[in-house]
Amino acid sequence: MIEIQNLSVRAGAFELTDVSFTVPNGEYGVLMGRTGCGKTTILESISGLKPVSGGVIKLVGVDVTRLKPAERGIGYVPQDGALFSRMTIRDHLAFALRIRKWRGAAISRRVTELAELLGLAHLLRRKPRGLSGGEKQRVALGRALSFRPGILLLDEPLSALDDETRRQMYTLLKRAQQHELVTVLHVTHSREEATQLGDRLYRLEDGRAHELPVRRMETDDFEPRAMTT
Amino acid sequence: MASAGAIEPQAVGDRHRVGSDALFFICLIGLSSCYVIMIIGMVLADMSYTTPDRLLSTIVDNPYIRQSIRLSLLTCTTTTILSLWVAVPIGYLLARYNFRGKAIVDTVLDIPIVLPPLVVGLSLLILFKYPPFSFIAEHVVFEVPAVILAQFMVACAFSVRTMRIAFEQISPRPEQVALTLGCTRNQAFWSVVMPEARSGVLTAGTLAWARSLGEFGPVLIFAGSMRGNTEVLPTTVFLEFQAGHLTEALAVSMVMIITAMIVLVITRLFGAERSIL
Repeated sequence: MIEIQNLSVRAGAFELTDVSFTVPNGEYGVLMGRTGCGKTTILESISGLKPVSGGVIKLVGVDVTRLKPAERGIGYVPQDGALFSRMTIRDHLAFALRIRKWRGAAISRRVTELAELLGLAHLLRRKPRGLSGGEKQRVALGRALSFRPGILLLDEPLSALDDETRRQMYTLLKRAQQHELVTVLHVTHSREEATQLGDRLYRLEDGRAHELPVRRMETDDFEPRAMTT
Repeated sequence: MASAGAIEPQAVGDRHRVGSDALFFICLIGLSSCYVIMIIGMVLADMSYTTPDRLLSTIVDNPYIRQSIRLSLLTCTTTTILSLWVAVPIGYLLARYNFRGKAIVDTVLDIPIVLPPLVVGLSLLILFKYPPFSFIAEHVVFEVPAVILAQFMVACAFSVRTMRIAFEQISPRPEQVALTLGCTRNQAFWSVVMPEARSGVLTAGTLAWARSLGEFGPVLIFAGSMRGNTEVLPTTVFLEFQAGHLTEALAVSMVMIITAMIVLVITRLFGAERSIL
């Protein structure tokens, strides 16, 4: 479960105050909002990359507000994938496991499992250079899921993909979520992504998160209802 | 032509005519060629002044030159390692973090670059008159460590600039992802950042090496010019030239020219795209 309670973040002149929302265990939450409204800032705060000025962040029931990124148990996929240019795809999938000192055989089994789940088996020896946008995002997803985190944060992971690849990624993301039993928070400005993927939809507007009914998202009716005070 | 305030359609035959660009390009190419030809001319003049056999025999027969080459290789390599050791953390700090007084630190780091080389040497000499430096002055000043320190003070400043540019070119995102994957800052730095900064390190290293090889002013003041003791290649050129031994001075100059060219080629082939070399 992802619980954000009265979160406040300051970054230069930009400020978010009193943002609250909850993504229940095992569900796929989508946070929508215009470019520059603070969606990425919220993800960075949850992942521990940006310090918060107030509020509480609970992940799987644990208050992680003051914990280091490494201690939060989250998988994070940034917008551009941010792959490690000098590493092979196999090294990407094994990276977090080596840091955690898993045994070689266990790492191999996990890498094979992820490669099959995400269709990366034929790319394991390659480096990121020359991979397509969809392949890069699959690698970033595999790297983030590798150590079996309870939480997966996705920052506009599909924004640079063509329509066909994006549709394939919808299926893949849902399959990965169900396979890995992970709670997801997916940030996007795309209405289509939200309707295709979200179990829970939130709209970030005027510094507050409003929950939107999933059913109504499929129409053009986008009147938000306030979720928090 | 349309008068001010009234726009009239332009007559077909009344097109705007522009002058020739020939003069612009003649000036551009002419001035550029002058400088490039001067550089090539200098190197060619050195090469044609004597024969390779004569140069080689001069180097082989002169024990001071052989010792000077050995000491230069030793001190330049040591200086390069020390420079990278210092430049990598400073470059990373300046590229990644904002802190109070950063502009001052940045300016201080440029001082060795803008100071006249002789002044760097003189300042080092005076620094070693004060504690705690004075405690070890007799083992440093006018000894081999002084050569290394004099080279280091200038070369390191260039390495810092190069490493800063290298780290600034690397996106912080992969490093941040590494933190979320379970890395400490140290693990993220060594496993993600440094492999990406490889070409920057190579450029900074070759630059430090090349600067050290040519460093003369600070070495002369701080380490002296004792034959066979603190004599490095630029010192040899100076001493041989003063003694009227032009062939010897030229032989050592050719060693430095060839080395500089090798360094340039290495940097151009493997180095970072943006560097001050």
